Amino acid sequence: MSMGSDMYRQQILDHYKNPRNYGELDAPTFSHRGHNPSCGDEIEFDVEIEDDGETIASVAFHGEGCAISQAAASMLSERLPGMTLDEVDALDRDDAVEMLGGDISPMRIKCAVLAEKVVQDGAAIYQGERADETTALED
Amino acid sequence: MTATEHASLDVEAIREEFPILSRTIDDETPLIYLDNAATTQTPEPVIRAMNEFYHEYNANVHRGIHQLSMEASIEYEEAHDRLARFIGASDREEIVFTKNTTEAMNLVAQAWGRANLDADSAVVLTEMDHHASLVPFTQVAEWTGAEVRHIPVDETGHLDLERAAELVDDDVELLSIPHVSNTLGTVNPLGELADLAHEHDALILGDGAQAVPSRPVDVKALDVDFYAFSGHKMAGPTGIGVLYGRADLLESMPPFQFGGGMIERVTLDGATWADVPWKFEAGTPPIAEGIGLAAAADYLDSLGMEAIEAHEAWVTEYAHERLAERPDVTVVGPPVDEERGSLVSFTLDGVHPHDLSSILNETGVAVRAGDHCTQPLHDALDVSATTRASFYVYNTTAEVDALLEGLDVAKELFD
Repeated sequence: MSMGSDMYRQQILDHYKNPRNYGELDAPTFSHRGHNPSCGDEIEFDVEIEDDGETIASVAFHGEGCAISQAAASMLSERLPGMTLDEVDALDRDDAVEMLGGDISPMRIKCAVLAEKVVQDGAAIYQGERADETTALED
Repeated sequence: MTATEHASLDVEAIREEFPILSRTIDDETPLIYLDNAATTQTPEPVIRAMNEFYHEYNANVHRGIHQLSMEASIEYEEAHDRLARFIGASDREEIVFTKNTTEAMNLVAQAWGRANLDADSAVVLTEMDHHASLVPFTQVAEWTGAEVRHIPVDETGHLDLERAAELVDDDVELLSIPHVSNTLGTVNPLGELADLAHEHDALILGDGAQAVPSRPVDVKALDVDFYAFSGHKMAGPTGIGVLYGRADLLESMPPFQFGGGMIERVTLDGATWADVPWKFEAGTPPIAEGIGLAAAADYLDSLGMEAIEAHEAWVTEYAHERLAERPDVTVVGPPVDEERGSLVSFTLDGVHPHDLSSILNETGVAVRAGDHCTQPLHDALDVSATTRASFYVYNTTAEVDALLEGLDVAKELFD
């Protein structure tokens, strides 16, 4: 293998080592946390919503886990401000993989989608569409 | 010293018997398979035995009068005798074929447990038990009201035997103990714990999943009452495991599952049960797999279990020493100079085990990362996951060197 790993591209390692929007918001509209029971990845997102009640103003996240899960959260945190909750709801697995630059091994997809799922579940709870429970990705 | 220079096994000749070991994981990267505690690879003699069944005498067992069924029945039933000899059991009356170790543990927990546990009794497990022991017994305890006690694990990866002596009192009906820990590698004093159990008229179940493949095991010398292991971790096929049970215990226990094959006489109102072990093998059993497992026992005995144990101890100690000498690696379990099973679990500073496992995969090295079905043990160790390298008859120290080089690749990427 060359030093340029197929999956651990520079962009992923950069976001893992220097996560963007890492920390907590002072006055989040909602917060939500989730984890991957099988590998121990944990992520919590704070989200602040604009006065229109549907557009994301700012986000922060914190957590721990593998490089794929934490880089995905960092990249997502850069993308979320300005998106509506409907647009967030429409994100899927392909968006998560594409954001990471593609080529994520099938065994690591759960790591890639955790951040997306945490924000989506948090938004659904905020909108009263989901019971208030921690997100846990099943095996 | 290279593998071929080590006296106990001719590793080059052994590797020829495992066709999968010559594959690559992409067009050029050779496979280095170090995930043997999860499943071992299958040698040609085992594949041949199973092919021969399907090519020449595939039939259902026990009931047909025709030639094929007779041949299949004899081979399948004699496979029980073969496994009895392999672990020092008396005969086939003490050997039940199950799906895997987990089903064997469930058989004891459910068939024996429901008949023998109540609100005044207790079972003793350990903090290092595999989920295959923890979950079935915790569930049966909920059904019966029995208490569950756990022998703690100390910081060197050993069971606290003083605490064990306190936990095992006259209320205890059964101890379930891993013979070799699948995460720590600790070899537990099963015979000593059997004595402790018997002093209190309790039974002991050994989880032999990580022991039987890699060391000589004699259930009578260990004086265990039950003992469970899997075929696919000892060069055999998946879909088959073994429960050893003392003949008088199996005789007195109610069945585990119900249906064809396990009955003697059925009326519309009820049934009487077949003799052991068939009483515990409801439905069409894993026939090809049972025959394959007997071939695996033949194969391992042809190498010699003492020689296998010596070879694996040598490769494991080499890996343990090389890992332990790195300041960025923390190995869990007993120290280098102590006997351990054929595995080493560790963490590498700054690299999550799943990332390490992915990067190792890109270098051709297959290891396991995660909690290895021992979440309570990982809680006790205060780590969310570890990376585990585990070895078998065909592994070499050169493959351990490749693992170490993969660690360097990961460190370079993440530093």
